[in-house]
Amino acid sequence: MADISPLLPVSSSDGSSDLTGQATCRRPIKVVVSIFFGLLTVGLFAALLIRNNGSVDYVDVHENERGSLASMAFEKAENLKPVSRGLAAGVSEKSNWVFGGDLPDHPWNNSMLSWQRTAFHFQPEKNWMNDPNGPLFYKGWYHLFYQYNPNAAVWGHIVWGHAVSKDLIHWLHLPLAMAADQWYDKNGVWTGSATILHDGKIVMLYTGSTTEGVQVQNLAYPADQYDPLLVHWVKYPRNPVLVPPPGIGPNDFRDPTTAWLTSEGKWRITIGSKINKTGIALVYDTKDFINYEMLDGLLHAVPGTGMWECVDFFPVSETENNGLETSINGPGVKHVVKASLDDDRHDYYAIGTYNDRNGTWIPDRPNIDVGIGLRYDYGIYYAAKTFYDQNKKRRVLWGWIGESDSEAADVKKGWASVQSIPRMILFDKKTGTHLLQWPVEEIDSLRLKGKEFNQVRIQAGSVVPLDIDSATQLDIIAEFKIDSDALEKATGSSDASFDCATSGGAAERGALGPFGLLVLADERLREQTPVYFYMTKGSNGNLKTFFCNDQSRSSKASDVDKHIYGSLVPVLRGENLSIRILVDHSIIESFGQGGRTVITSRVYPTKAIYGAAKVFLFNNATELNVTASLKIWQMNSAFIQPYPNL
Amino acid sequence: MKNLIVIIFAFLVCQANAFRPILLLGNQNLIERTCKQTPFYDLCIWSLKSNPESRDASVKKLAQIMVDSLKTKATETLDLIDELLQDGLALDPEMQKALTSCAERYNVIIRGDVPEINEALKTGDYKFAAKGANDAAIEANSCEIEFPTKSPLTDMNKVVHDVSVVAASIVKIIQTKFSF
Repeated sequence: MADISPLLPVSSSDGSSDLTGQATCRRPIKVVVSIFFGLLTVGLFAALLIRNNGSVDYVDVHENERGSLASMAFEKAENLKPVSRGLAAGVSEKSNWVFGGDLPDHPWNNSMLSWQRTAFHFQPEKNWMNDPNGPLFYKGWYHLFYQYNPNAAVWGHIVWGHAVSKDLIHWLHLPLAMAADQWYDKNGVWTGSATILHDGKIVMLYTGSTTEGVQVQNLAYPADQYDPLLVHWVKYPRNPVLVPPPGIGPNDFRDPTTAWLTSEGKWRITIGSKINKTGIALVYDTKDFINYEMLDGLLHAVPGTGMWECVDFFPVSETENNGLETSINGPGVKHVVKASLDDDRHDYYAIGTYNDRNGTWIPDRPNIDVGIGLRYDYGIYYAAKTFYDQNKKRRVLWGWIGESDSEAADVKKGWASVQSIPRMILFDKKTGTHLLQWPVEEIDSLRLKGKEFNQVRIQAGSVVPLDIDSATQLDIIAEFKIDSDALEKATGSSDASFDCATSGGAAERGALGPFGLLVLADERLREQTPVYFYMTKGSNGNLKTFFCNDQSRSSKASDVDKHIYGSLVPVLRGENLSIRILVDHSIIESFGQGGRTVITSRVYPTKAIYGAAKVFLFNNATELNVTASLKIWQMNSAFIQPYPNL
Repeated sequence: MKNLIVIIFAFLVCQANAFRPILLLGNQNLIERTCKQTPFYDLCIWSLKSNPESRDASVKKLAQIMVDSLKTKATETLDLIDELLQDGLALDPEMQKALTSCAERYNVIIRGDVPEINEALKTGDYKFAAKGANDAAIEANSCEIEFPTKSPLTDMNKVVHDVSVVAASIVKIIQTKFSF
């Protein structure tokens, strides 16, 4: 602030009579200067105030969804609290962070990384894979196409890979089926589905990302229908056959389904999209797969679920134990709508009723509608797609299993992602609310020698080692019996809030759980992946059973996912608790109660690998003794390799 | 009277500079609203506003600007790592191992994550943009904890981590709030 000292009157040389005259001349300048500086100060002050109002502390701390490791504050590992040893032998308390752990003794070395590659799950020889595409059975061969990056072990430059198999297990790699060589798929040959026509011909509809990045639907078909391997494909010369309709965003229109017949004899498909935050399924009818009419209504929509990717729509029988061809409808048939939610990267399904006349579908139970209810799989599992296997009259489900390690590790090991073992899908007649998923029976052909363990008693708070040779390629089928006395005696609590994901994992002891198996565990249990049941009793005496997979201590490495996956699993009166686990190096697929609840996880141990990997039974409950009977088979490799002499 | 005009004129000239930020184009609002939904508001504002392309940008473009910033910061960090590694005589084996591992991670950020995010933003498959951004944060964090004692990269790792988190947050906004 300028200092305005009073200006002294200056005496004029003329005498006093001129004093006032001269003062009047000078004063305006002083006044000018003082006003100027005054205003300047006030003005700058005002500017400062207004500016400060703009920078409010952020109101909404952005919470990345639980799956995001980036939500962890930037902390050095040594700032995190050390693990304390708990009660039961070797079962230590879970540490509370989802990203962190001890410093690795050494970063990923080639031995650890090469162990991770699976022996009997489908994966290309190298590089990145995602969604399964266009699965079908044709002239004696099962076909799988898939999203593939030919250049790197991260997503990008997507084209269609291709492989064939006689039995859904032993796969042979074929050349790429489709490359990104047209303007309408230059930025990506994305997901699509196959339809087999009346005359046995195949048509493929798939999404292309155009040179402008717009999502359109394209038609392709085999170059030679007499080639059982369907090696070469031709794109319809006047693609695209569908572009985003009015009101639908250019990036919200992808993954056309297999077509089914309407009662009028037209083919009908559905394509997922969204309007604002409502996930929707658009419906189109066609006679030739070239010209389409969009129906006025939607197949279905669920507010708040966001973009629906990889929509699937198929019938299931309420009474029979076989799959249904996609066009079947009628009494005793329910229809399933499934969507992959872009927002949370999970696959959801709902069972309901299809109205053929207006192309709509409503869920049996709106409270567990698509996107807000049941999931195919409570672990890493996405972009799933079914097909009708006319060879064995079953509906078969494929699902993409991504990695949950860092991309640096993927780049180092040269590959990323596997497909799940194909699963047979059936309507669960016993509950009426769930689908059952079970590995296709052909997987049993990989079983080598098996070992049985009968009536193994696991007392509360104990760990029982299972003596088998190797433990990295296994098929485990286990049944658990619990004292009904103990169940009745247990006090119910009003704590109805148990959730696998927010619990303390297998180290958190409850009266009636956890108990189950430890897989990919080393002898000293420094690394372990528990797959288990956790039962709770409500204040009304009702029992609930949860099925969980705990990754929190699966690896000493700090750059892998450590979340706990799982969900409620319906257990009916008289049923024993049962688990099937397929262990195949870095992937574990676990099926609870015959496939009512399924959890797939990726596990990256640094110690519990090769010969050091073991399996244990465990019971960390406080008031329950458990008896387990199980059979464990060593699993052979599927020897997935290029098709010879092509 | 003339003097008064002179005052007012001078006043306005002086004030114009102070008020310029507020007089800028309306996109100010979008940048601020977007950054408020990220955990690192100041970093977000600074990164976006220091790029002139943010003036009339859509949220998608703001995400792209953030990714450019990520690439720049990651490249600077990698340059520093290379410098430190060349200074081989001064390094103990532990430090050298950590730096080499960090170099690998930063290579993946620049050559893997950044292109992945850009392609995903361009083609509208946003979950892969989120994946790439989240991974970049993990790589920066993982690099930091490689050092058994003092890390020479703490500040730069933090910047890369935080910029990645901001980018991931903006992608989330695109996914959940915008149609086009």
